[in-house]
Amino acid sequence: MLSNIRTLWLVFKHLFRKRVTVQYPEEKAYLAPRYRGRIVLTRDPDGGERCVACYLCAVACPVDCIALDSAEDETGRRYPGMFRINFSRCIYCGFCEEACPTYAIQLVPDVEMAEYNRQNMVYEKEHLLIDGQGKYHGYNYYKVAGLAIGGKGKGEARNEDPPVDPKSLF
Amino acid sequence: MNPVLHSFLVIQGVLIGLMTLAGVLVWIERRLLAFFQDRLGPNRCGPFGFLIFVADGIKMVTKEDWIPPGADKPVFVLAPAIIVITALLGFAIIPVAPGILILDLNIGILFFLGVSSMGIYSTVLGGWASNNKYSLLGGLRMSAQMFSYEVFMGLALMGVVILSGSLNLREIVESQTGLWYVVPQFLGFLIFLFAGLAETHRLPFDMPEAESELVAGFHTEYSSMKFGMFFVGEYVGVTLISALIVTLFFGGWQGPVLPPIVWFLLKTMAFLLFFVLLRAAIPRPRFDQLLAWGWKYILPLALLNLVITGAVVLAQAN
Repeated sequence: MLSNIRTLWLVFKHLFRKRVTVQYPEEKAYLAPRYRGRIVLTRDPDGGERCVACYLCAVACPVDCIALDSAEDETGRRYPGMFRINFSRCIYCGFCEEACPTYAIQLVPDVEMAEYNRQNMVYEKEHLLIDGQGKYHGYNYYKVAGLAIGGKGKGEARNEDPPVDPKSLF
Repeated sequence: MNPVLHSFLVIQGVLIGLMTLAGVLVWIERRLLAFFQDRLGPNRCGPFGFLIFVADGIKMVTKEDWIPPGADKPVFVLAPAIIVITALLGFAIIPVAPGILILDLNIGILFFLGVSSMGIYSTVLGGWASNNKYSLLGGLRMSAQMFSYEVFMGLALMGVVILSGSLNLREIVESQTGLWYVVPQFLGFLIFLFAGLAETHRLPFDMPEAESELVAGFHTEYSSMKFGMFFVGEYVGVTLISALIVTLFFGGWQGPVLPPIVWFLLKTMAFLLFFVLLRAAIPRPRFDQLLAWGWKYILPLALLNLVITGAVVLAQAN
């Protein structure tokens, strides 16, 4: 009986506590910078697409929501001809971001993606591609990879020694 | 004023006031419950979410009115009407303020006890007619609960009757001018509070509904406005119990400075809010515990209260 009266008093005191409710549309909850939300495709510092269409994200995706096909420009640079993410399937696990070797695909803190029409949840490349570099600044895959593409020969990448002539080793 | 017109106006006022209050109570209860749980509650519809009960009402009316196959149709339809009718009838004897009283009945308390017992048929019949095992269990629980709690509900009031020497609620209020009966009859007040809670099957004594055990108890199969009637009946019933507690134990309309009707409404509202607090704070007991308390502790206490009150009054008279 006494404990019941104490309960009443304790619950009554909650009238004067701070509310925990976040009044969503007016008041937004804090999303951490590394929050896993909407997926974007980023560009390198020079404005080129980072994605090299290696399909690793599509392979890593547990729900198979990523579809893409690869293309190659005249300089030998690979890029995705088509890149499609079905956000009605996506579970925002971030595996695609982990799998990506070029920091191209990234998850950003944005959760406001509700749609009335399911088809609108399917994002094409032009919806996914952003102009910035996302979370990883200054990274340019082709500038650190040893691959020779248009405008950059062997040994010209950052921190790369010029190619060794194997015959000189003998 | 013309007495017929006067009583007509009083009846209309009480009816409209009660129906509005039943709606507003939905809002008050939801917001207050939320506050007790550190939430905000419904605050979108209208100022402070006040119009949520209008939205609720519209929703209730536009829902499909469904009668389950195998239900006892006339009884099924009748059951929700009974609870509203009896709860409203009970208000006929409540003296809101001097002159604002529908029925100055010389057996007011007896009338209330009779009418509130009638209200129980609503839940029992509703549970029976639904052709659903959970409803039936709810109805069964209701009848058992009433059977045990009705007994000392009457007994708890007898102390007040002995002190005031009247069954008329207006005279009971008038006899509390010096001292509210909650002081000499504190035990009676507590017992009546318990019994009233059980009577209106409010939490924590909502065993007939017990949504965590019986889906929704006796009104599992009810939809649309039939369910709404149970809802309204419940809130009017809670208001009736609060008004009765105020009338019998807290001096009714009596109080300094403010006009009588304001005092009555303030006191009643305080008890309504207290019922919400009870709902927020106290968990539902087991059903056998509820019945055991009723018969083993509260009934003897009520009898003791009656005997002592009688002895004291008798000793003072000599």
